[in-house]
Amino acid sequence: MTAMIDVTDAKKTFTMHLQGGIELPVVSGVTFHVDPGECVVLSGPSGAGKSSILKMIFGNYRCDSGRIGIRHRGAQIDLASAEPRQVLNVRRSTIGYVSQFLRAVPRVATIDVVAEPLIVNGISRTDAQARAGELLHRLNIPERLWQLPPATFSGGEQQRVNIARGFISDLPILLLDEPTASLDAANRAVVVELVAEKKRQGVAMVAIVHDDEIRHLIADRIVDVTSFAAAA
Amino acid sequence: MADQDPLDNDEPLLVATSLSKSFGRIAACRHVSFSLYPGEVLAIVGESGSGKSTLLQLLSGQLAASAGHVSYRMRDGVARDLATLGEAERRFLFRTDWGFVHQDPAQGLRMAVSAGANVGERLMAVGWNHYGRIRDTASDWLTRVEIDTARIDDAPRTYSGGMRQRLQIARNLVTEPRLVFMDEPTGGLDVSVQARLLDLLRSLVAELHLAVIIVTHDLAVARLLSHRVMVMKGGRVIETGLTDQVLDDPREPYTQLLVSSILPP
Repeated sequence: MTAMIDVTDAKKTFTMHLQGGIELPVVSGVTFHVDPGECVVLSGPSGAGKSSILKMIFGNYRCDSGRIGIRHRGAQIDLASAEPRQVLNVRRSTIGYVSQFLRAVPRVATIDVVAEPLIVNGISRTDAQARAGELLHRLNIPERLWQLPPATFSGGEQQRVNIARGFISDLPILLLDEPTASLDAANRAVVVELVAEKKRQGVAMVAIVHDDEIRHLIADRIVDVTSFAAAA
Repeated sequence: MADQDPLDNDEPLLVATSLSKSFGRIAACRHVSFSLYPGEVLAIVGESGSGKSTLLQLLSGQLAASAGHVSYRMRDGVARDLATLGEAERRFLFRTDWGFVHQDPAQGLRMAVSAGANVGERLMAVGWNHYGRIRDTASDWLTRVEIDTARIDDAPRTYSGGMRQRLQIARNLVTEPRLVFMDEPTGGLDVSVQARLLDLLRSLVAELHLAVIIVTHDLAVARLLSHRVMVMKGGRVIETGLTDQVLDDPREPYTQLLVSSILPP
């Protein structure tokens, strides 16, 4: 089977110029792959570099060396060396990212925040909003809130809006950074269901989850990040 | 074989090649090169004196370069060197295919004539002559930039700062330009007015598939509006890349300083 994500020997160091040029090694020798329909969970203690790896796969952090192979429209592209325009294309049609926090744009209604990833891919506003509504329902966001911007919502509500926005798309790769962190049991169960549906659709996923129970429910494979600890 | 994305195979709209400008012994802009594609928003960030406004003037042909050149792909698909355009051609470009949003709306508007005339004037310049159609289009555009059409006959000097800026945007966009230059478009506005303007710009840019070169010292503006960012210091581009990459993982000492200087909201 052709891997959707194929990371080879990726390395990341931060150089803190404002702190006298301190070198902060984050990870090195990162090597793993993710097949379609598989959810790989990154494990390791806080600060081991899990989020950094997720950001490297999304093209948000640059790599010092190594390869971030992504299957994009039938061909492999190396995001570590791709042009900004290519990275944007990959994000629009291949990789989705559910971050820990919603970066809300002022004045945009919740339903449109969720529908946006479909609209930019050419789906009509009506259809996109209908699908956004279904997901918001499943994630227990009451309909009376849909027309309001999510900026004033509680942390848990914002996180669910964020999840709806991340899961609405039909992208073949999803990166999940603690998707269940601030959710109650009922909503955690919905996220587990959503992940299972994505697997059946053949979506490749990389997730960071601290909750052991959730990890057990969604992980097909666990990659231990401590083995990529950069030599300081 | 991969499907070609339309964004992959179209040609650049504007290409700057080793653009430099000196004022006497002061080098305001040194060897700047980049390509801008249709629908792409590029932010040029840096402090005052970094050369970003000079660069914007070079790119828009308002200032002649000391070395290097800018080529622009005209609506007929042919790339032309800006320096070889005649004055009339350059003016025509400015009235049709380009927009320029100044920080101070008074520079981009005629303050004593009505809002409707400010917008309609751009249309007349490209040959529209039916009064009713011009007025209807102007009125549509006022609505799109969230100005009450009851104010169409008022002159912008009676408008608030935020309204003036939105009117300037309407005036620029009415001829459906493909490229808009913006010089600190949210500078000097109250924070709440800024947020509304940014939100409006963000949706218009996406809807009209505009290419934009925006000069700003405000990294939050760059993050919200741009795909790509160029950081300038001392007339040079010191760092460039995807906006979130440069802002979340800045490499150069100066970029790290800029990013770390943002106060958390």
